[in-house]
Amino acid sequence: MLRLGLLAAAGAVLVFLPFWVPSTWQNLLITTFYYAYLGQAWNILGGYAGQLSLGHAAFFAIGAYTSAVLASQYAISPWLGMFAGAALAALLSLGIGYLGFRFGLRGFYFILLTLAAAEICRLIALHLPLLGGYTGLFINFTPNPWQFQFQGKIPYYFIALGFLAAGSGIVWLLQRSKLGAYLVAIREDEDASEALGVDTFRYKMIAYALSAALTALGGTFYAYYQYYLQPNTVLHINHSVDIMIRPIVGGAGTILGPVLGSFLLELLGEFSRTYFAGGMAGLSVAIYGVLLVIVVLFLPRGVYPTLAHLMRRRRPGRAT
Amino acid sequence: MSLYVQAIVNGFLVGGVYSLMALGLSLIFGVMRVINFAHGDMMVWGMYLSYWLFVTAGVDPYLSILVTGSAVFLLGAAVQKGLVNRILDAPHEMQILLMLGVALVLENVALMVWGPDPRRVSTTYALSTFWLGPIVFDLPKVATFGLALALALGLYLFLKKTDLGRMIRAASDNQIGALLVGTDILKVFTLAFGIGAACVGAAGSLMTPFLPFSPSTGLFFTVTSFNIVIIGGMGSFLGAFVGGLLVGMSESLGAVILVPSLKEIVSFVLLVLILLFRPQGLLGSGR
Repeated sequence: MLRLGLLAAAGAVLVFLPFWVPSTWQNLLITTFYYAYLGQAWNILGGYAGQLSLGHAAFFAIGAYTSAVLASQYAISPWLGMFAGAALAALLSLGIGYLGFRFGLRGFYFILLTLAAAEICRLIALHLPLLGGYTGLFINFTPNPWQFQFQGKIPYYFIALGFLAAGSGIVWLLQRSKLGAYLVAIREDEDASEALGVDTFRYKMIAYALSAALTALGGTFYAYYQYYLQPNTVLHINHSVDIMIRPIVGGAGTILGPVLGSFLLELLGEFSRTYFAGGMAGLSVAIYGVLLVIVVLFLPRGVYPTLAHLMRRRRPGRAT
Repeated sequence: MSLYVQAIVNGFLVGGVYSLMALGLSLIFGVMRVINFAHGDMMVWGMYLSYWLFVTAGVDPYLSILVTGSAVFLLGAAVQKGLVNRILDAPHEMQILLMLGVALVLENVALMVWGPDPRRVSTTYALSTFWLGPIVFDLPKVATFGLALALALGLYLFLKKTDLGRMIRAASDNQIGALLVGTDILKVFTLAFGIGAACVGAAGSLMTPFLPFSPSTGLFFTVTSFNIVIIGGMGSFLGAFVGGLLVGMSESLGAVILVPSLKEIVSFVLLVLILLFRPQGLLGSGR
């Protein structure tokens, strides 16, 4: 009951929030929600199934480019094109997954395989005239909701919030499903779950495809929020890192982890940008790096697991 | 035809220093199971140190590897002792995050100190060449290859023949076993990270005579090291070495056959082929 009340209160605040805050804050909130959503998508594979991916920028970019190209070349609405992008991203993830999981590549190997796949995509994208190559791809602004293009920030705020709510809902369902249980079993002990008859290859593939497809949907949002796509930003390793670090900081494999991680890192990023961006080039990012190291040293299990642990100690007898 | 032979020779020579760089990564991963995402950035610090010694004191980069190797050794040991050792029992992904943070700091502090423009160590012999039949050899590349080979051999002998080397290998093969026989594991970790970092720092200095560099160069070399180690086979000394030569040659050939900006794609395709047909790497012995 208390939980439902809290959820309703939070919902009400979130609905009215964008009308109260200045535009820069709107921007900040949109980015927070949107990275929390991407983190949630990453969480399915990296958090629940325990297969760390450092190549999610590839799926993100496929989603962004597919919907943008379909809209500009074939006049297909991004609202439809985003699903084509999701399907393509799922297809690519199955290809990478087949390569990696077939031989049970784990840990380090899988991380590097995903990183290499994203780098291959970046190099190809840089040399594809259709995607604008080094110049990048510009999207013409024509305020038309059917074209996923809106005047002002508020519509984007609610779309990003909707994405996050839907993504979290999917993860919530996953957590309670058999599939979710299989994934956690694979994360905890892959050999043991295989010995118990869990088809680990199959479930890892499903988790990967789902994670990739959801990430691609987020890519479409980015395309129509930024109106500009360049392989060296959307497909860069740093972007894969951006997608990955939020759920890890928040607590991988928990539903609140990506959300808390996204809030915390957005605040830290904004803090270093606000106070240090005026200094030497590189200073604000270096500070951000230091903050990241500090977070890891002081919250080595992630924000949410640490908080949950503290709460349990406060209220003995109540397990959450 | 001679164009390709030339490319292979050049790639082979550059590959030697790639090998040294990958040996460092392989050592760090083998002992601590830590992926050093700051590997390339540590290398760039070695490069800048060589550059700085060259422009201020006129020290030849081939001499300054002694300084850069030791300095980056200290940097690596400090990262292990001050940071990684503190979170040894945290989830694996936290170590990745930590090293990503370190990489961000190293790259951006370099940016603050030296700025974004590419630097170059212009030695008097930078453009010297000699001919062997129809093939032209760049003198700096040959010298770099020779020194990288010598350092790799030195590392090999250190790991095989000395007590410290044996301790490192023991910790890498069986951590609990090493603990049981009384190895001070944290000390071994610090030492191993230091040595791995020293390899990449020295590799950086060795590359300065023929390679312009900037703070953002680091990421490229981090990724290249990852690639090499997987191609060669994780945990295999010889594998990292052969992998370095192979990646050097494939990049060099890729620049000739495709366009220079696509040269890395050849080594990535090589990586995918390895994962398809020999996932333990060329010389790896299973996982």
